[in-house]
Amino acid sequence: MTDHEIASPELATCEVHGMTRSAFILRGTLAAGAFYGTASVAPFVSQAFAETGGGDVEILNFALTLEYLEADFYNVKGKTVGLSGEAKRYARQFGAEEAAHVSALTAAIKQLGGKPVAKPTFVFPASSEKSFLSLASVLENTGVGAYNGAAPSLQDKQVLASAGSIVQIEARHAAAIDLLIGKSPTPNQGFDRPLTKKEVLAAAGPLIKS
Amino acid sequence: MFNSSDEQARQPAGIVERLARDDVDRKRFLKMAGSAGAASFGAFVLAACGSSSSSKSAGTAAAPASTATTASSTAGDLGILNYALTLEYLETDFYSNVVASGLFKGKVGSLIKTFGAQEATHVEALKGAVEKLGGTPAVKPASKFPITSATQVAQLAYTVENLGAAAYLGQAAKIQNAEVLASALAIHTVEARHAATLGTLVKKSVTPQGAFATPADMSTVLAAVKPFLA
Repeated sequence: MTDHEIASPELATCEVHGMTRSAFILRGTLAAGAFYGTASVAPFVSQAFAETGGGDVEILNFALTLEYLEADFYNVKGKTVGLSGEAKRYARQFGAEEAAHVSALTAAIKQLGGKPVAKPTFVFPASSEKSFLSLASVLENTGVGAYNGAAPSLQDKQVLASAGSIVQIEARHAAAIDLLIGKSPTPNQGFDRPLTKKEVLAAAGPLIKS
Repeated sequence: MFNSSDEQARQPAGIVERLARDDVDRKRFLKMAGSAGAASFGAFVLAACGSSSSSKSAGTAAAPASTATTASSTAGDLGILNYALTLEYLETDFYSNVVASGLFKGKVGSLIKTFGAQEATHVEALKGAVEKLGGTPAVKPASKFPITSATQVAQLAYTVENLGAAAYLGQAAKIQNAEVLASALAIHTVEARHAATLGTLVKKSVTPQGAFATPADMSTVLAAVKPFLA
């Protein structure tokens, strides 16, 4: 993966390292491939989320950046696009939950002796309820795939449990939003596909202004 | 009320069923250390529960809890996989009964059918994973689910899916093999999606526990599914 191609230094610095973890992801992917069919395995093999680098702190900082993004999306952008009804209620509820994730991840990073990344500034291409909800679907589903892709690389079991506790909420948000906009609540059918780092960056990177 | 569509003749209850049925049995098993024969699911349950001190042995080809790390962590993963498999059998049976009841039509009916089919793919995947690790897949339990009205069934489905999501979450940090973990996570979030969908159907919160999902341990889950074992 060439990080310099992506205009999101915050995310790009959050490398997830280690041959071992890379192999883990690869093996997990191959196992998943048995269910998905081999065609979908190839992207994981070539672009496994965990290619080189760091540790739990880096993974948590990567997650923190995504949570900052989601929290701002609901709590800041959500107040400017004129949401109503269910969309408005979801934005308020989910925004509060994403903010709680930000706090939890910040605390976890400190507990591990790391330094939480600063909150970036974001730009969200959404000007109506419709485009807001479409983007919400992308962000939530990306969040699910990002956590599921990174979690097997976590070394600390407590951190893993916390990540699991958070990703379940992302999945619930994703399903609720998708139902609201008439999409399938299970876009990956029976098995949520773990996302590669490149895939996460492709979805989230363009939203990070600085 | 519909009978289970289980085509299998009643088979001797699997260890999970026995544990779910019998509180005393469950507590005893959960306390015991690695003693049952390596091929029995009991050993896997014990390993999965992380017991370490040895106690009464079942007297069979007993493997002490202190066997090689690889063997015991595989046994632990097998226990978790077979536990998950048992829950997925139950979910699959549940949805198959619900579909057969014809209580749901249209969009909701189609979602229910989809969810049932997805649970069935979980069953197949978990069976495959157990075999890949060299274990024997748990026997499918006979089930019974109350199916009376659309409202009641939707509520039950919401409960069952939330329990399923909590059950996976409760095991995630105990799984040793990263491949198994990746697969469990891939299933975990689908259970969560089901739960949220059903939440909208029964007008309950899609995130009943707020920002952080609460895990459920094996003992809690087994007690909760006990009423659904025929």
